[in-house]
Amino acid sequence: MATQHSRSAARLMMAPAVILLLGWMLVPLTMTLFFSFKKYLPMRGGDLGWVGFDNYIRFVTSSAFWPSVTATLVIVLGVLFITVVFGVLLAILLDQPMWGQGIVRILVIAPFFVMPTVSALVWKNMFMDPVNGLFAHLWQAFGLTPVEWLSQASLGSIVMIVSWQWLPFATLILLTAIQSLDSEQLEAAEMDGAPALSRFGYITLPHLSRAITIVVLIQTIFLLSIFAEIFVTTQGSFGTCTLTYLIYQRVLESQNIGLGSAGGIYAVILANIMAVFLMRIVGKNLDA
Amino acid sequence: MARSVTTQRKIINTAAAWGIGFLIFFPILWTILTSFKTEATAIADPPVFLAFDWTLENYEVVLERSNYARFLWNSVFIAGGSTLLGLIIAIPAAWSMAFVPSRRTKDILLWMLSTKMLPAVGVLYPIYLIFIKMGLLDSRIGLTVVLMLINLPIIVWMLYTYFREIPGEILEASRMDGATLKDEILYVLTPMAVPGIASTLLLNFILAWNEAFWTLNLTAAKAAPLTAFIASYSSPEGLFYAKLSAASTMAIAPILILGWFSQKQLVRGLTFGAVK
Amino acid sequence: MGQIILEKVSKTFGDVEVIPPLDLTIQDGEFTVFVGPSGCGKSTLLRLIAGLEDMTSGTLKIDGVDATHVPPAKRGLAMVFQSYALYPHMSVRKNIAFPMRMAGVDKAEQDRRIEQAAAALNLTDYLERRPGQLSGGQRQRVAIGRAIVREPEAFLFDEPLSNLDAALRVGMRLEISELHKRLETTMIYVTHDQVEAMTMADKIVVLRAGFIEQVGSPLELYHKPRNSFVAGFIGSPKMNLIEGPEAAKHDAHSIGIRPEHIDVTDSDGLWQGKVAVAEHLGSDTFFHVHGTGLGETLTVRATGELGYKHGDTIHLTPRADQIHRFDASGLRME
Repeated sequence: MATQHSRSAARLMMAPAVILLLGWMLVPLTMTLFFSFKKYLPMRGGDLGWVGFDNYIRFVTSSAFWPSVTATLVIVLGVLFITVVFGVLLAILLDQPMWGQGIVRILVIAPFFVMPTVSALVWKNMFMDPVNGLFAHLWQAFGLTPVEWLSQASLGSIVMIVSWQWLPFATLILLTAIQSLDSEQLEAAEMDGAPALSRFGYITLPHLSRAITIVVLIQTIFLLSIFAEIFVTTQGSFGTCTLTYLIYQRVLESQNIGLGSAGGIYAVILANIMAVFLMRIVGKNLDA
Repeated sequence: MARSVTTQRKIINTAAAWGIGFLIFFPILWTILTSFKTEATAIADPPVFLAFDWTLENYEVVLERSNYARFLWNSVFIAGGSTLLGLIIAIPAAWSMAFVPSRRTKDILLWMLSTKMLPAVGVLYPIYLIFIKMGLLDSRIGLTVVLMLINLPIIVWMLYTYFREIPGEILEASRMDGATLKDEILYVLTPMAVPGIASTLLLNFILAWNEAFWTLNLTAAKAAPLTAFIASYSSPEGLFYAKLSAASTMAIAPILILGWFSQKQLVRGLTFGAVK
Repeated sequence: MGQIILEKVSKTFGDVEVIPPLDLTIQDGEFTVFVGPSGCGKSTLLRLIAGLEDMTSGTLKIDGVDATHVPPAKRGLAMVFQSYALYPHMSVRKNIAFPMRMAGVDKAEQDRRIEQAAAALNLTDYLERRPGQLSGGQRQRVAIGRAIVREPEAFLFDEPLSNLDAALRVGMRLEISELHKRLETTMIYVTHDQVEAMTMADKIVVLRAGFIEQVGSPLELYHKPRNSFVAGFIGSPKMNLIEGPEAAKHDAHSIGIRPEHIDVTDSDGLWQGKVAVAEHLGSDTFFHVHGTGLGETLTVRATGELGYKHGDTIHLTPRADQIHRFDASGLRME
């Protein structure tokens, strides 16, 4: 609903954003695709010619591949489980009448604003260090042997650090969703004789299902590509080498660009599968 | 009408919420506290909570030794520059999509969003290569452009959702009043959208400030922002807890304060308007 | 000067033809009202004239000059919107000044025109306020003030009164009419309210589904509706339309008789029926009569107070010279 004049103006004004993003997407992706079919070792001979799907096959058949898939799944699913479950509980708690709600909200949201390198380092040294960490002191106070968190329970520790960072996000979104629930619905259910647990199961949870889906999808996209937390804590050792980190190692550490690029294409495909689901939801919302 | 609740219930809620809030906030609080301790107190067993000799020594050491100001300036330059650059490119685009929607607008918006989901590691080497070729490696400009590009979809989206709340009739009125497109955007749309633009700016500044993939991989000594500065403590130097804490506190304090102002916008910005 | 001529103007959105090609001439100084039910294309037609939408085909001439491809800002027209569309971040003064600022009018002249418009519209005390601090009626006046200071060729009004409450609406209606008499500028006014159309217009354009059903003065439309749609749309309460044997007696497919053209008697009427609802307004009495055998309900308007109430039987006689006859396609038969 506009004139030809404003439509052409609109196209013109959209152009910079579209062209930049198109370039940002296509140029590197094409290059990655190009490298993925080559044996390319910048430090050891450079471009050694086309190898077809060799890199793709080598990437998935290497001994590091399946452990990295496992590590990725453990981290993504673990963090999702913790943040969603505790996020729902925390959102419900914060929605209750209390004193100082605003301050509690601020306390809960704070970890989201801490830069990933800081939170990883603080957790690694000040909490999880087997000698001087706070957890070590706590364990010793109970006469237990301190745990070497980042080597003995490495995946669990990373799940814990990342969950701490993302719990605020989940809580905040779920809280916003809960607050949009019409309280008359709950009151009507109460009048109909539904006990608290049924009210939660039949009214609150279904109302939250959309928000939960969104939390799951957005977090998945971010979690698939977590980097700094691993880079700072374990550098991918002790079974914490995720798919993202494995690709990073192939590219930067072993300088095997072809192999890393093939891995990169796998990651792109994986992210796109998640993206399709998220798009569906966001797209539906656009029409409303 | 709000449901009336017994005082007893409210006390339980308050205690539980404050307890959990404190627990979640504790690592940050502990970091801040430790930054005021001496190195010996910082690792003392049993840990000292408040009753220690407060000192600013760590801050002095960090400021003196590590050229902290340069990292800080790099962070401000990169986060601020990428956000402003993004806004300049995104405002006209969001105007187009919000006020002159076509059949393809929705697809373009979703496509923009999908570029945000591109795993960075998948394009790390090409970007690295391009940066070397263009002499952008370890430069603030290069990093500013990259962070602008990765946040551009979010900026466009946030602005789009804010602009959509502005009635189109007002823009049409300005057109009838003789305003050119430039006047319309400059004198009518932008002032009306100030709250939305401000929250977009704030959230994207935070996201850029905390970005820790490109900032770690595309910088070295010259252009490294605070994320990289902190990461350098993962070396044995990290064992100096008090100094690590002081450096960390300085890196997160400004953003923590900004973040508290942008809580509400956070939901909208990160869910692309799907949760309001 | 503000003569506006539309020649074969049409508009389609995608596959939907909102306005089939139409011709219309609006004379300089004329107060023209576009009226019709919602979705009839009246607002679209106004926006085509304003230049806020492109015409799919046809030409628009303002004062004899082809303005088809002229952008809205350059057409010399001012528009008052349904939502008033005031700039919320500007004071009333700045709102009114905006079109002059865009046109590069010098500051002294701006102030002079603002003072003048503010005085005429009773806004002098509110010039420094923001639109958010004003009542609906005041906002409406600011919107009009913003239009006046441009000294346009023509004013366009898009349902300007529909957001006001009933009492205010009557007042603003008078103010706009008065403004027209004073300025003698062409005005085009869109409304769905036939009362506004009847009371304000020099010329009414009745639209339905993009088609012009009739163009004429209010009384022409009242006395000689070109078809049964216009007959039913103009006049309040609505004209009674009767089909069947009663219409056949007049050699017509249907006949129409306005409520005020039916006489009520205790006995000896042409028709009789039972009063379902009697509405006593003091000056008039409306009867909604059932069981006349002429269709569902017959509405009758009698002057003054008549004491009939629910359930009473009354006799009705239409005035023979006020019966409108329509053929099977709804067109008026003379």
